[in-house]
Amino acid sequence: MARISLKVNGRSRVVDTDPSTPLLYVLRDDLGLNGPKFGCGLSQCGCCTVMLEGNAVRSCSIAVSNAQNRNITTLEGLGSVARPHRLQKAFIEEQAAQCGYCMNGMIMNAKALLDKNPHPTEAEIRRALDGILCRCGSHLRVIRAIQRAAV
Amino acid sequence: MKRRQVSRRGFLKSTGGLVVSFSFSAPISQLLAQSPDLPAVEPEATQLDSWLAVAQDGSVTVFTSKVELGTGIETALAQIVADELDVPFQKIQMDWGDTAKSVDQGMTVASRTLERAGPQLRQAAAAARQQLLKLAAAKLEASAEQLTVRDGVVSVAGNQAKKVSYGDLIGGKRFNLKIIATGEGWDMKVAPEARAKDPKEYKIVGTSVPRIDLPPKFTGEYTYIQDVRIPGMLHGRVVRPAVVNSKPSSIDESSIRHLAGVVKVVQQENFVGVVAETEWAAIQAARALKVTWSPPAEKLPANKDELDAYLKTTKSVIDMNPVKKGNVDEALSSASRTFQATYRWPFQLHGMLGPSCAVADVRADRATVWTGTQAPFMTRDKLATLLGLPKKNVRVIHKEAAGCYGRLEPDDVPEDAALMSRAVGRPVRVQWMREDEHGWSPKGPPHLISVRAGVDSQGKVIVWDYLDRSFPWTDARGVLLASRQVGLKPTDPGFPNGATSAGEVYQFANQKIAAQNLPWQTAGPIPLRTCNLRSPGQPARCFASEGFMDELASALGVDAVEFRLRYLGENKRLREVLVAAAQKAGWKERPSPAPSSAGPKLAGRGIAITDRAGAMVAAVAEVEVDKPTGKIAVKRITIAHDCGRIVNPDGVKNQIDGNVIQGVSRTLLEEVQFDATSVKSLDWKSYPIISFQNIPSIEIVLINRPEMEALGAGEPSIVPVPAAIANAVFDATGVRFREVPLTPERVLSALKSGPALNQRARS
Ligand code: FES
Ligand code: FES
Repeated sequence: MARISLKVNGRSRVVDTDPSTPLLYVLRDDLGLNGPKFGCGLSQCGCCTVMLEGNAVRSCSIAVSNAQNRNITTLEGLGSVARPHRLQKAFIEEQAAQCGYCMNGMIMNAKALLDKNPHPTEAEIRRALDGILCRCGSHLRVIRAIQRAAV
Repeated sequence: MKRRQVSRRGFLKSTGGLVVSFSFSAPISQLLAQSPDLPAVEPEATQLDSWLAVAQDGSVTVFTSKVELGTGIETALAQIVADELDVPFQKIQMDWGDTAKSVDQGMTVASRTLERAGPQLRQAAAAARQQLLKLAAAKLEASAEQLTVRDGVVSVAGNQAKKVSYGDLIGGKRFNLKIIATGEGWDMKVAPEARAKDPKEYKIVGTSVPRIDLPPKFTGEYTYIQDVRIPGMLHGRVVRPAVVNSKPSSIDESSIRHLAGVVKVVQQENFVGVVAETEWAAIQAARALKVTWSPPAEKLPANKDELDAYLKTTKSVIDMNPVKKGNVDEALSSASRTFQATYRWPFQLHGMLGPSCAVADVRADRATVWTGTQAPFMTRDKLATLLGLPKKNVRVIHKEAAGCYGRLEPDDVPEDAALMSRAVGRPVRVQWMREDEHGWSPKGPPHLISVRAGVDSQGKVIVWDYLDRSFPWTDARGVLLASRQVGLKPTDPGFPNGATSAGEVYQFANQKIAAQNLPWQTAGPIPLRTCNLRSPGQPARCFASEGFMDELASALGVDAVEFRLRYLGENKRLREVLVAAAQKAGWKERPSPAPSSAGPKLAGRGIAITDRAGAMVAAVAEVEVDKPTGKIAVKRITIAHDCGRIVNPDGVKNQIDGNVIQGVSRTLLEEVQFDATSVKSLDWKSYPIISFQNIPSIEIVLINRPEMEALGAGEPSIVPVPAAIANAVFDATGVRFREVPLTPERVLSALKSGPALNQRARS
């Protein structure tokens, strides 16, 4: 066990944990942030995506010790139902989900894309999100939501 | 957004209004701590209060055992109740899936919830409205006929000053009204005596009300089953054998002694799990624990060929023969031309994006379990058997899982959590790892389908002989994984895998449709266990029936749409979707295949239709086949869809998108790999599913039938997608594919052997 300092959604947090713990479990179980989800634990689905220093990363595959003192943003850090981020608003307007389990991955990767490329083409959106899996087939609505948020 | 739920017990105990209020952001522990105990009274179907409650502020809580699976069903049911009661949609709160608070309305399966639970809740609401009008008549000193209701306020026609709200009439109090309820589960008739509205008066049903559940799903504020945490909770992971039905002959606990936070290795008979203080400790311990498993007690077919042979030659245990008309053998021998073909479908996965998860709190005399089950009451009953507790001492509370498509009818994980919780005397949360879910979740069964047909000298089809050989659902309603590991035995061969979408919509003078399910039930658990997968069996059977119709049309030189219309008889709704889809897709009348074209890309179009439990769907697929690589690009799918009265048009479109995309994925990519003892597809690399670069565009024509009851839209439109795609590939290439998935390797090798494959169809 070790004390680890994290900067999550603009706040400093200290957790006492096994430093080899994947960041995902610390965010969810120690900090109560349910946005990032467990899907595979293998970097294959994108459910667990968070932003680390502005880059979308798979929190299931990063040890918490490697995220120490770096800026982490989770889905909760974007906005809330009361105050949604413009991406979240666009997803609501497009009704862009079914079960919604993949939505953390969709929105966090969309955020990373728009931060770098504010006006992506449809092909660029498809490329950027390829590999972020959705079993329910919400892909087309997700593309529309990202396009809506981009204008 | 703030939505409330009512604790029924608290509600019933209190005399003044609602007791509990929480927003999605409230910690789940607070919410759950309120009601872990058992109900004082179990809700009875014949008591109106079991179905709904009106609070003082006029909001209405609806209690239902039908659960949200990500299809938007709770929104659609709320629309129905809001309309019937004349209250604003925002005033409806759905309280679902708690065995202590709802009447058993049957499982949430088969896309039958709107069709069956819709009328149940509508009738309960109609009975409530009638009673509220009676109370209002007394209060306002008017006759019930003089009263009108708007937004939950009753007023006297012509005298708007005389009014009273639902909240003032009954808010926070019980109706205490007996209603009639006969039958069980989804067949239950609720309050048939209550007069419901004329559908022409609906204001909310038929509109695209935004889904209740979506906003918090985009912000991390929604509580999925994976997010349920209760005080004192530990984390468990299962340790399953890699192979079929084996026993742990020894467990070496010293192998995990170096790990901090391990609480207990739980073993009961063949069940093994690890409980730890943290999730990470549980995961590491489950991985590191050295278990010696006995050699497999059962063997699976070792490969695809052995499976194929098994499907071909084994004597069946369940026989279905829904269509028997004329004399098929005579007609085949008198036909001037005959045709035959064999179609194959592999084991496929449901592929829930979030693996199974549950939290169990098992005490000496009772248990409370939170899980994503599609069947809270069936899960409760199974847990009671496993734990040796009376049913009434087990409470199951549903929390939404990832989209599951039938996989959580046999909800395994609460049994794992219950065994571990009982062993450690504390609440335990168990989440399966990805390899547990891919490896041990029940699979959609494979099919081997043979079809024969004959035409007379005028080219008219006079005989159709269709035989589906497949497996029953060994685990859908039967004994689950952990139960089998502790020694409970299944008592039947499994649940029949159905026989529809096999060409029964066509009128042929001689017609036989049969389905045989072969023995697949085993005493112990096997990783190729089976259960219902989205519109079970039908995508496969439709792949064969609509593929074969296409073969006939092409062999006879007739356009595929025209050919189908000849045999659809008076089926007006099915004819309509067929024509609507063709029109929308810009279908040009000509026989298949398309005139051959030069160049590396071959384009084609194909069509397929189905009548799926009364819902009519036609699909047109447009594809492009890349000759050098064999890669199929599905460019566009057009769906015409008739599911009776449409409750929420945008909701139906959302479901169609999902069906189509999953259908494309299952057609092009998906097949479970296995060997004699185990499943080899254990992650998303070995079992790939579709992603963004390969998603087709989707066009939808909705046909509304306000005069009909509503039918579900969660499954019908996946059914014709595989056949439409394979027909389009034939149109493009002249090569008929009779086996899914249509992988580039398979396409490439077939393109090389050319039309020979196609000839196999002809006798
Ligand atoms: S859970 Fe991290 S990529 Fe799947
Ligand atoms: S909406 Fe269910 S997995 Fe994407």
